[in-house]
Parts: sequence; structure tokens; C-alpha cells
Amino acid sequence: MAYFEYQNIFTQVQVRGEPEMGMAMEDNIQGGDRTRTATFSNLAGWLGNAQIGPIYLGWAGVISMATGLLWFNIVGLNMLAQVDWSLTQFVRQLFWLALEPPGPEHGLSMPPLNDGGWYIISSFFLLVSVMSWWLRTYLLAAQHKMGKHIAWAFLAAIWLFLVLGLFRPVLMGSWSEAVPYGIFPHLDWTTAFSIRYGNLYYNPFHALSIVFLYGSVLLFAMHGATILAVSRYGGDRELEQIYDRGTASERAGLFWRWTMGFNATMEGIHRWAWWFAVLTPITGGIGILLTGTVVDNWFIWAIEHNFAPEYLGAYGYEAYGTYQDFGGIAPGGN
Amino acid sequence: MFPKWFDNWNKDNPTNIFGPAIAVGVAGSAVFVAAMIVGFGQPFPTESQQTGPRGTGMHVQEFVSDLAVYPDVEGFFTSEPIVPAEGAAMMGSADGVPPALANLTPENYERLVTAMRDWTGIPDLLEPGNDSYQTQVAYSMIEMTQNINQNWIGHVQANAEVGVTCYTCHRGQAVPNNVWFKVSPVNSNVAGWSANQNRVTMVSNFTSLPSDYLETYLLADENGNYANIGVHDLESRVQQQPGDPLIQQAERTYAFMNYFANSLGVNCVFCHNSRAFYDPGQVTPQWATASLGIAMVQETLELYILPLQDVLPADRLGPVYADVPKLACRTCHQGEQQPLNGLNVIRNWPELAVLDGAPDYSAFE
Repeated sequence: MAYFEYQNIFTQVQVRGEPEMGMAMEDNIQGGDRTRTATFSNLAGWLGNAQIGPIYLGWAGVISMATGLLWFNIVGLNMLAQVDWSLTQFVRQLFWLALEPPGPEHGLSMPPLNDGGWYIISSFFLLVSVMSWWLRTYLLAAQHKMGKHIAWAFLAAIWLFLVLGLFRPVLMGSWSEAVPYGIFPHLDWTTAFSIRYGNLYYNPFHALSIVFLYGSVLLFAMHGATILAVSRYGGDRELEQIYDRGTASERAGLFWRWTMGFNATMEGIHRWAWWFAVLTPITGGIGILLTGTVVDNWFIWAIEHNFAPEYLGAYGYEAYGTYQDFGGIAPGGN
Repeated sequence: MFPKWFDNWNKDNPTNIFGPAIAVGVAGSAVFVAAMIVGFGQPFPTESQQTGPRGTGMHVQEFVSDLAVYPDVEGFFTSEPIVPAEGAAMMGSADGVPPALANLTPENYERLVTAMRDWTGIPDLLEPGNDSYQTQVAYSMIEMTQNINQNWIGHVQANAEVGVTCYTCHRGQAVPNNVWFKVSPVNSNVAGWSANQNRVTMVSNFTSLPSDYLETYLLADENGNYANIGVHDLESRVQQQPGDPLIQQAERTYAFMNYFANSLGVNCVFCHNSRAFYDPGQVTPQWATASLGIAMVQETLELYILPLQDVLPADRLGPVYADVPKLACRTCHQGEQQPLNGLNVIRNWPELAVLDGAPDYSAFE
């Protein structure tokens, strides 16, 4: 009798041998020392490669980690100060607490430390941290003689980050426009931002960003499923399939062409995915940058541009239900 | 435990039963749940009230179990007035009689005081010779009730004769529930915009939104002005007019609107149009009633509540600023669209329905 037996989550077999330590320093590999040891993890092996390490941090990584930790600690200590240094309250209110940007009365000046000053200082460290991590992705790619696709994709995300925290506040003339560092408070900011500017859903760049975001998800699922489906024919060896197309690529291509009349190629699908992913924050960032600097109410803007309908007729409030049909006492009853 | 032949048979025929058992269990449970829902209906049924044309998302929804009449409704003490005879004697300035009730006959005065003692849960309220602070508070609160019933009829009788009495807020307790105090700044060691939000407080309805919206919008500043309740700029293009709301004002207003929704047990589209929250030309009829309510609360706080600051004893004042306990939407509504589910509390109490002039007993003649 047939029954199903699951032996793993994703990876079928975990291969164990001597850890792969990478090329030796003298083989013209730039960058400094890597850590000298490597271990194996069963858990990591279920999800990807079981080998952990060696790791190369480099000067950019050290700067990034140091400034990132400074940002993290400034935010955390400010939250702790706001609850009078009570660890209990800190844990209890963690999702509510935040390091807020300065109030609007301070404009672009340096505010007092307890009214957004720490926010400015920590944001500076976060900026250094993120930019040096970006530099690290660039340098590591150069070191491996790779293309810089990862660095440019990361830069697209950094564009949105910079629009939210630097470019737009500067154009608006006030640091108070920046996003607070806190779990719920940054969601409050998002809601208030959308309400303030007349519903961000009517911002066409926001709409484009959503298209690319959901499109990325769809492409990722289609591509992942396709490769898994043809891996029995060697489809998971994608690079070989790119320069020497085999039956895996042929079947995958036929499947999609017969399904929807068009198929990407073994190489092209990665360009599709890269551009969809990268365009998500690029278009989103454009939309944020225009909000409040060029357009003040996206809903009214959308009506003016025939992007949202304008209703001029009666609204049908005769359809308004009565309270007595919804738990209330009939008028006059007592 | 089992016969030997059974154990032997099991040993000779090893079978993994977990796979089929899980499959049968999951499929069987799904079929069972589906059959129960089809047979007995949704276990948590909901009901909705339409607030606009169908197909536009304009409705307020509730669990059917939450639609039952508020238990406080049963506890409302009432009695029919005794129509005074022509030229009957009035209470006038007899000992301990509130000035606002001077034009009542002794029978109706006695009737009203009995009811007020029941409504507020204060057994010796307005007892002659009782010089407790409660007497002075009662004088003011009676006038407040009369003012609301006479001058804010557009709010308290917007859809039907409902009105307010002491019981609308007090519900048999000396201090009503759902009063509010000033609490901001709520965070230590910070100032400004950081200081009045991002804390779990009663007044923030347990959100991280600002906790200072009630005092900002409902209490006048030193010049007698109220903060503008506004979230949008109504121009599509930026013109940077002074007074344009900022994100901070939008967030504070959002906190206020959230308080409204929680206080009345409704959602945004009870008052606003789902397509264009901002447009006063497209709001529902309830928007006007709610706007009157804001003005009513502002006036009531200014005229009747804040002056009690020096009357109330210290243990009745707020925990942070020792301020007087204040009212707003939730103090009366307590989660219902109309307080006490729209019970007509004013019909039997013409004494509380007018601030100026004599009570109108014509309905009972």
C-alpha cells in the first residue's frame, strides 16, 4: 500500500565532507582574511547549504555592523528611557514604543536630544551603516569577479529608504516628515501619511509599486515551481541549461507557451524577476517623493486626471438602515 | 491484552498506519466541520446596518450576540409626572432646592429627587442640610442636563426623542464610567511630539496613537480656540498654505476618530463616505449629528465640567494633573449608537428638558 513519507522539508540529501574553505589568499583574491573555521548545521541543511562559514566581513562590513549596532542601541535606549528605565515596561510596551522624529516646529534644524535629536543622530548612523553594507555588496561582487546586479538591486531598496528618511524630509523642509523607528508607530505613520495626502491608493506610482511587488511574488512562484517541476530532467542546473538548452528547458518553455502563449527563457526569467523586484521600490520611492512636494491630495488629483470617478448624482442615503433594526429600541419606546 | 493470534498477525503484517490515519483524519474533520456549518449555521453570526447605497462598502457590522439590548436599559428608574394644578405652590428657594428646580411642585420635585438618587446611586443626594460637595455638583449637573436637552436637541433627539438624564452617564454609580483625564505627556525623558504617544493608555484605546487628542480637540486653549480637526489638504497641488494639516495632525485626528468609532460601536462609514472621507458634501447624515456632538461636548466641558475643579475633593481628581474628570462621547454612548440603545429617557422628565422656563407637562394632561 502506498503512503507518503516525508524525510525533509526542502533538501533531499545533505552531503558532508571537508568544509569548502574557498580559494587561498595567494590566488589573487582581494579582501582581507576570512574566519578560519567552518561548521555544519542540520537545520541550515534543510533550508540551504549545511555549511556555516567561513565569513568575510572586511572593513565595510565592520563599519556597517558598528554603526548599525549604534543605531539599534540608540533606538533601544531611547525606548527604555521613555518607560523610565523599567525593563518590565520596556518588554510590555515594546511594540508601542518608538524613537520619533522631531516635531514640525524644528524644521531642518538640529532639535534638542529629547525631542528628536537622538533620532537625527541615530539616523545618521543608520545611513552610514546601510551605505557601507551596500559598498560591501559591491566590493564582494568585484572580489568574486561577479556582475554588480545584487548591489544595484540593493541600491533600489536604498533609494526608497533615502526618499522616506532623507530626500523627502529635506524637500518638505522638516525632519518631522521622516518615519519613526517603532513597530506600531511606523504603521501609524503609514496610515496618517496616506490619510493626510488624500489616500495613497490613488497615487499612480504607489499603484505601479504594488503591481511590481505582487508581480515579483507571482514571478517568483512561477519560476520556483517551474524549476522544481523540471529538476528531474536537470532543470535545476540553470546555468548549464542557459548555454546548452536541454529537455528540461524545452519542457518548461512548452508548458508556459501552451498555457499562456508566451514563455520566458532560461536566462530571461531572471531578468524579469530582477526588474520586477527592483522596480518595486523605485516606483514606490517616486510616489513617496511626489507626495506633499508636488501633489497634496491624491484622490482629488486622480479625479482631475480622470483616474478616479467623480460622482455628481444622488448618493442614495435613503438606503441608510435604521438603528431599531440594528439593536436599538424603537423610537418612543421606554 | 489482545489475543495471541492478533499480536502474531500484527507482527507478521507490519503496516505504517500514520499516513492513511492523518489523511483520513484531516479529510474527515473537514467534512465534519463543513456538515456542521451547513446544518447549524455560522456559529458567530453577524448582522450589518447599511449606511449608504449598496455595493459601496457602506455598512456597520456587529456580531448578533452584541446586538442585545444593553443590560443598563432594564435598570432605568422612571415614573410619570404629576401634572400640577392651576396655581399650585412651587418649591421656590426652599432649603436645599437647586435653583434650576425652583419652578417644580413639591410632588414632582420629590419624584425627581427620588429618581436622581436611584440614577446616581447617591442615597442622600440633595438631602436638606447636606452640605457635601455632591450638592454643589448636583446643582451644576442638573443645569447641564437641562442645557443639553433644551439647546442641543439637534444632537440628543437627532433621530428620535431620546434625550439625556443623570442615568445616561451615571448608570447607578456616583462616578460615571468612561470619564477621561489629562495624561500627556505619557513618555518620560522626552518632549514634544515624542512625548504624547506610543504608550498603551486607556485614552489611546490601547493603540500607539497620540493620547492627547481629547484635550487637544475638546478643551479650549488660553485664547478660547479649539484645535482644528482636519487631516487633508483639499487642493490637489501643493500650495503650502499656512494652517495646512501636517502628518502629526492627521495622526491625532485619526486617534480621535478611532475614539469616536469605539465609543459608538461603529466604523468610519457610519459618518463618512467610503470613497471620499474628506468631502463634507458626501458624508452621511450622521456626520452632522456627530459634529454637533463635538460642539456640545466642548460647550459642556467649558460651562459645567471644568468649573467643578475647585468643588471636587482631591480623591475625585485625575491621577496625573489632579484635573476634574471629564466627559466625551463614550461617557454617554458607552459603545452604542444612541445611549441606552436609544431608550427614550426624557419623556417622563419634562423637569429636565428645559433650562429656561417652566416644565411642559402638556403631554400628560
